[in-house]
Amino acid sequence: MTDLIHGVYTEGEKIADTKAPKVPVAGMWEKRKMDAALVNPANRRKLSVIIVGTGLAGGAAAATLGEAGYHVKSFCYQDSPRRAHSIAAQGGINAAKNYKEDGDSVYRLFYDTVKGGDYRSRETNVYRLAEVSANIIDQCVAQGVPFAREYGGLLDNRSFGGVQVSRTFYARGQTGQQLLIGAYQALERQVAAGTVEMFTRHEMLELIVEDGRARGIIARDLVTGEIQTHLADAVVLASGGYGNVFFLSTNAMGSNVTANWRAHRKGAYFGNPCYTQIHPTCIPVSGDHQSKLTLMSESLRNDGRIWVPKKREDCEKDPRTIPEADRDYYLERIYPAFGNLVPRDIASRQAKNMCDEGRGVGPMVGDFRRGVYLDFADAIKRLGQKAVEEKYGNLFDMYARITGENPYETPMRIYPAVHYTMGGLWVDYDLQSTIPGLFVTGEANFSDHGANRLGASALMQGLADGYFVLPNTIRDYLAKGPFPKVSEDAPAVVEARTAVEERTKRLLAIKGERSVDSFHKELGHIMWEYCGMERTEAGLLKAIDLIRGLRAEFWRNVKILGSADTLNQSLEKAGRVADFLELGELMCIDALHRAESCGGHFRAESQTEDGEALRHDDQFLYVAAWEFGDGENDPNQPGSTMGAPVLHKEDLVYEAIELKQRSYK
Amino acid sequence: MATSTKSDPKNMDLTLRIWRQDGPSDRGHLQTYEVEDISPDMSFLEMLDVLNEQLNAKGEEPIAFDSDCREGICGMCGLMISGHAHGPEKTTTCQLHMRSFKDGDTITVEPWRADAFPIIKDLVVNRSSFDRIIQAGGFISVNTGSAPEANAAPVPKQKADRAFQSAECIGCGACVAACPNASAMLFMGAKVTHLGELPQGQPERWARVVSMVSQHDHEGFGGCTNTGACSVACPKGIPQDVISTLNKDLRTAMRQGG
Repeated sequence: MTDLIHGVYTEGEKIADTKAPKVPVAGMWEKRKMDAALVNPANRRKLSVIIVGTGLAGGAAAATLGEAGYHVKSFCYQDSPRRAHSIAAQGGINAAKNYKEDGDSVYRLFYDTVKGGDYRSRETNVYRLAEVSANIIDQCVAQGVPFAREYGGLLDNRSFGGVQVSRTFYARGQTGQQLLIGAYQALERQVAAGTVEMFTRHEMLELIVEDGRARGIIARDLVTGEIQTHLADAVVLASGGYGNVFFLSTNAMGSNVTANWRAHRKGAYFGNPCYTQIHPTCIPVSGDHQSKLTLMSESLRNDGRIWVPKKREDCEKDPRTIPEADRDYYLERIYPAFGNLVPRDIASRQAKNMCDEGRGVGPMVGDFRRGVYLDFADAIKRLGQKAVEEKYGNLFDMYARITGENPYETPMRIYPAVHYTMGGLWVDYDLQSTIPGLFVTGEANFSDHGANRLGASALMQGLADGYFVLPNTIRDYLAKGPFPKVSEDAPAVVEARTAVEERTKRLLAIKGERSVDSFHKELGHIMWEYCGMERTEAGLLKAIDLIRGLRAEFWRNVKILGSADTLNQSLEKAGRVADFLELGELMCIDALHRAESCGGHFRAESQTEDGEALRHDDQFLYVAAWEFGDGENDPNQPGSTMGAPVLHKEDLVYEAIELKQRSYK
Repeated sequence: MATSTKSDPKNMDLTLRIWRQDGPSDRGHLQTYEVEDISPDMSFLEMLDVLNEQLNAKGEEPIAFDSDCREGICGMCGLMISGHAHGPEKTTTCQLHMRSFKDGDTITVEPWRADAFPIIKDLVVNRSSFDRIIQAGGFISVNTGSAPEANAAPVPKQKADRAFQSAECIGCGACVAACPNASAMLFMGAKVTHLGELPQGQPERWARVVSMVSQHDHEGFGGCTNTGACSVACPKGIPQDVISTLNKDLRTAMRQGG
């Protein structure tokens, strides 16, 4: 191991092997499935799998493993598995069906996804994702997912950002909902069949690692407060992303990193934590009491024109009274070739720049107005209001409901918001983490989207992992079982359980003065300011200091009322925020160490002469996989620091695709 | 009530009467709270967040209520607001904004009330009966990997559209809360219609409806008397005719010997 770098981390050995078969990508997945050991159907019911999370990745996996005959225990913190946040996805799901005969193929979907990820994803996994994409559509249609159809009764699809073919299947603006209901119904069918045991309103608070293998979890029944031990032969985390570290994001209120972070602290490496997707077309913050942000489909940028006033003194005026000559259509000005259709990361960063210059619009949020206009006046003039209504009606209605303004008359105001996290627990080709027996799927893992995710790819990955990839790879692991029975009083189990009980007690005993939300908001502010759309070395170092101070204060001064043996939503939130306070530091360290700009990660020090992101493939063509560093003190104790994390690099090897620098001018 | 100094003339002072109940066995009661300087741009749940922060500061335990996505799609939130499921607008509680109220209003907030939705605490209820209705047959039996090519069975657009419209149900339970009989026929009808309109749903169509209705009654939901209150309260606008479809399918199934 090296000495401390930047005073905050050390570097360990490289990751030598991702376990992908050593054959060309086109035949790799077939070979892996062929080589993976089989489990006799009669033996499957003796093998148990815990799955945390019931979104597309977790719900699909639970249903599929249940159908195969394994004994599955499925967990979600919501009151029903149908509420997982996959449900909120709007746009669609990509699949290389080539129904339009427009030149699409597995290879093209693979290529688009790697390029969209700014060449920071792993070729082998992305190829497999493209390969199984077509099967997903077949499976969902068979389950009764009501995709959009043409008059002939066949499936419709449309094109989406960043690609030139039409491969996105959709169900109006509710594709995520419909896919999730499909997976949910398949899951409930297995609950009825007795293969899946469902634990709703349960939250995983610790991972049990016995004899070097993941063997179970400690969960809290959120209704009774009971701390429970659940043991199994393998554990799957499908617990989603960690965008809520920013407090304000498009994630659900309960979305959290706790399952992932607990596993990270037990030895699972965290991959690329700083890769965050910030989506440009969200409804702006309206005031200090805002609890979450709402996304509107980026399809709006096809017809809407984005602008801010040229003069600061115009920012408070009714936008309709500002003459053409005094408006700055800044994307059209800076990027004449792509105009308003530049990729998400660029559109977001420029909106921030305009507001930082004092030319933002809408209400003051802190010291600045945080909004830019998205104006449909030209489109309405050109196409007529009816045509605009047909295309975007549901989005306009949503905007009107939230803001109370009529977007057909007044330009909409938009601002970027945290939307998705490409980083997650590091996994190998089998989706297995660095802890044997711990598998990670969907947004919770890091593997498929590199430094930027393309639209309509999150749903594809969740279902690919859940229906087709994990069930095939986990059987190779389970074939080695059943593993020796772990008893509830084994030292590792008792230790995990005691840790949860003590942490809960400690949180309630602080009896300080500040609410959990006030800490969460302050953390979010730090993350957004220094680890958001633009990052600098000085800013990140400052953020690390601020987060450490805030974490220490949290453990000294948080105020949580109520008890541990009943429904206690403040206590739930406190546990999640405590983990975000640690994750935030790791994100800043990762962003600090990656002194290049790529995808959603923009380091101000690494840009071209005209202000565009500049990658450094010679230095950073790798996945940053972080190992938790044990500090001298227990990090949950007041005034402590986490130990310096250890960086392990996984070199990215491009054999099927040539590396290029992106350009949109 | 005393008028506060408002940070914006559009802001409101409100009186809230909120259901507090420690647990399933507690009798529960309405408690009165005052909130001040509420912006019309806040959502109803953000207004409750503000109240909870106040309560926390005073050392009073915050009010428990459910919400997750806060964009109207997950179905986790749901409150009876002055007697209306999800409040005065046709939307979910999380998408209801304070501009629907006016300065000085008194608002009563209660949980969904139905035998099949027992109260857990304050405004939080247990809706797992809905999951059990789905377990009884609200699915198409197809194992992963055994699906035919997606375009093998065309679906007429009209049927596909009606299936989609029914599938928009978010399972929030407003239909049950609004119904004088606490019936879940709209919820169930939406599922039966969604799957029954599609060719993939045909093999299990008759068994499905019998099994789901039987589970519905077993859970303690009431019968339907066609008041239409469910459809009025539904934030997704599921039309009442899904109940006709359900009844029709049930009759056909019974004729076939169920």
